[in-house]
Amino acid sequence: MRKDIVNKSMLAKIIPGLGSLAKRRGLAGKLVILGAILTASIVVMTLLSPWITPYSPSKINVGIPLTAPNSQFPLGTDNLGRDMLSRIIAGGGVMLQVALVSVAICLLIGVPLGLFSSQTGGIVDKFFSLIMDSVYAFPGIILAIAFSLVLGRGVINMALSIAVVYVPSYFRVIRSQVLSIKELPYVEAANSIGAKRRTILRRYIFPNVLPSVVVVATVNFADAILTAAGLTFIGLGLPANVPDWGWDLTNGRKLLPSGNWWVITFAGTMIILLALGFTLMGEGLSELLNPRLEQGEEK
Amino acid sequence: MTLRTYVITRILLTIPMILILLTTVFIVMRVLPGDPVQMHFEKMATPATIEAMRVQLGLNKPLWAQYFDYVFGLFRGDLGKSMQDYSSVGQQIFSAFPATLELAICAMLIAGIIGIFLGVEASKSYNKPKDHVIRVFGIVTYAIPVFFLGMILQLVFGVWLRWLPTGGRVAPGMNPRGLNLALNANSNSFVAYFVAPLLVGLLLVSVYLTAAKAKHKKFGRRAILFSLAFFAAGSLLSGVISWYSMSSGGIHVSTGLFTVDSLLEGNIFKFGTTIKYLLLPSLALGLVLCGVFIRLTRSNMFDTMRLDFVTAAKARGLKDRNVTYGYAFRNAFLPILTMMGLEFALLLGGAVLTETTFSWPGLGRYLVDRINFRDYTAIQGAVVVFGLFVSIVSLVVDLLYAYLDPRIRL
Repeated sequence: MRKDIVNKSMLAKIIPGLGSLAKRRGLAGKLVILGAILTASIVVMTLLSPWITPYSPSKINVGIPLTAPNSQFPLGTDNLGRDMLSRIIAGGGVMLQVALVSVAICLLIGVPLGLFSSQTGGIVDKFFSLIMDSVYAFPGIILAIAFSLVLGRGVINMALSIAVVYVPSYFRVIRSQVLSIKELPYVEAANSIGAKRRTILRRYIFPNVLPSVVVVATVNFADAILTAAGLTFIGLGLPANVPDWGWDLTNGRKLLPSGNWWVITFAGTMIILLALGFTLMGEGLSELLNPRLEQGEEK
Repeated sequence: MTLRTYVITRILLTIPMILILLTTVFIVMRVLPGDPVQMHFEKMATPATIEAMRVQLGLNKPLWAQYFDYVFGLFRGDLGKSMQDYSSVGQQIFSAFPATLELAICAMLIAGIIGIFLGVEASKSYNKPKDHVIRVFGIVTYAIPVFFLGMILQLVFGVWLRWLPTGGRVAPGMNPRGLNLALNANSNSFVAYFVAPLLVGLLLVSVYLTAAKAKHKKFGRRAILFSLAFFAAGSLLSGVISWYSMSSGGIHVSTGLFTVDSLLEGNIFKFGTTIKYLLLPSLALGLVLCGVFIRLTRSNMFDTMRLDFVTAAKARGLKDRNVTYGYAFRNAFLPILTMMGLEFALLLGGAVLTETTFSWPGLGRYLVDRINFRDYTAIQGAVVVFGLFVSIVSLVVDLLYAYLDPRIRL
C-alpha cells in the first residue's frame, strides 16, 4: 500500500505531463521541453539515417572533393569527395551509442556502490569515498585517454573508459543524499519498528534518491558525448570508415588553413546541439526536482 | 576544528590521494595492457629488440620492483625513459610544462572575469530576460566542445581575418633560447628541483604536524611555522637555482612563461607577439569554462544582494557598482574560489584538447603526440604530472579557503 503511494508520487515527479509542466514551472519546464525536443529529433534522425541520407555517408568521390555547399551538396563535400549532409545525418550513431552504454555502466556501478557504501558506513565507506574522490579530482578526459589507449578501439571500450571517469559523480550524489535522508524521522521510525535494512534502503531511501540520479544521468549524457568527441578528436575513436561527427572535426582541422569551413562547422554544430539538448534537460530537471531551488524561485 | 587541525588533516589526506593516483596510473599503464613494449611496436619487432627495450627501461623486473622503481624514481625526479628515443621523460615534461601553465592561468583568468561579470549582471536582473539570456549563454558554453570552438576561432581570426596566428606559441624567428641549453646540459630537471622537494617537504611537514598534534601542544604552532618556512625556503632556493642555471645559457627563457619572460627582458614587442599567440587558445578554453562561474556567481550574488548589510550600504547612498563589487561580491567570492580549485582539473583536461587544436607545445600536446607513438612511459609520466599538478592546486585552494573563511575551522 505504502509502496504504491511512494511509487506513484515518484512517477508523477519524474514523468509529468509535459504541457502542464511548462505552464507550472516557467523557464525550467521550457528548458526540459526544449532539450527533449532537440535530443529526440537528433535521435530520430540518426535512427532513420539508413533511409534518408541522399548518398552513402562513407562512399568516396560522390562529388568533387572539397566542394563548397551548393544545391547538389547542401553541406558540401569533404577531402575524399564524400557528401557532408549524409555524414551529418548518419554521424551521431557512434556518439549516442557510446553515451548510452557509458551512462548505463555508470548507473549499474555508481548507484549500487553509493547506496552500499553510505549504508554500510565506517571504514568501508571511508575507503570507497577516498578512491572515488581521488578519481573525481583527476582531469576526466586525461583519465579517459589513458583507459581508452589501453582498452583499444570500439564502442564498448570507449564507453567503459568514459564510464570510469563519471562513476564518482553518481557515487558522490547518492552518498550525500542517502546520508541526509538516513537522518530523517520517517527512516528512524521505520528503523524503530524493526524494518530490515534492505527494506529501508529499497522502500524508504532509494525512491527519494532517484530524482537526483535522473538529473545526474541526464547531465552525464552531455558529458559523455563531449568526452567521446574529445577522444575521437585525439585519435582514440572508432576506425575512420564509421561516419562520426568527432572524426569529421579531426579531419576538418587539417583542411582549415585553406578555408574549408563547411567540413567542421556542421559536424561541430551537431555535437553542440546534442550536448545542449541533454544539458538543457538536466538543467531544467534539476530545478524541477530540487525543492530547495524551487523555494529560491518563489522568493 | 581549529585551522591547524584542518590544515593537518587536509595535508595528510593529500598523501593517500597521491598514492592512489600513482597506483591507478601504474595499474592502467603497466599492468592492464599486457606488455607495453609489444604494444609499442605493434607486433612489428623481433624478440631481441623487444627484450633489449625491456632491459633498457627496466621492464624485465617483476611488477612490484617496477612499482617501487616508479614511485621512488618520481621522488628523485626520474619519470623513466621514453620508448621512442630513450630520452628522459622528466626533462621533456619539464620543458613542456610552462606552456601548459601559461595557457591554464590565462584561460582561468578569462573564464573568471567573463563568468563573474556575467554572473553579477544576471543576478542583478534575476528572472528577467537579460538573466535568461545570460543563463542560456552559460548553458551553451557548457555544451561546446573546446576544440570545436578553438577551430572556429582559428577560422574566423586566423584564416579569414588574418588578425591572429592559428597555432604555435612563438613567431618563427623567435626561437626560445636558454631552455634547450639547460636541458642539453643534462643537469636539472623540473621534477628534481620542484616536485621532489615539494613531495619530501609535504611528507616532512605532515610528520612534523602529526608529532606536534600528538604530543607537544605548545610546540605545535611553532613547529608548523618552522617546517613550512623551511620547506618553502628549500623549494624556493632549488627553484631559483634551476631557473638560474637555465637562464645562464640564453637570455630568453627564464620562467618558461613567455609572457613573463618577454617582460623580464623588457621587450614590449616580444610581449605583444606572445600575447597574440596566447590569445586564441586561452579565449577558447576560457569561454568554455566560464559557464560554471556564471552559474555560481549568479546564485551566490542573488542570495548576498538580499542580506541586510547590502541593503544598508544601498541605503547610505553608495554607488551601485561599489555596493555590488565592494560589498556583496566580496562575500560571494569564497565559493567561487573553491570552484576555481575544482575547475582546475576540468581546465587541464580542456588544455589537452586546446593544445592539440592550436599546436600549443605544452604537456597536453606532448601527451597526444606520444599517444600516436604508443610511447607508454612518456604517457604515464605526463598523466602522473597532470595528476600531481591538480592535487597540489586543490590542496593550495583548500588551504587558502580555510585561511579566508573562518567558518571552516569551526
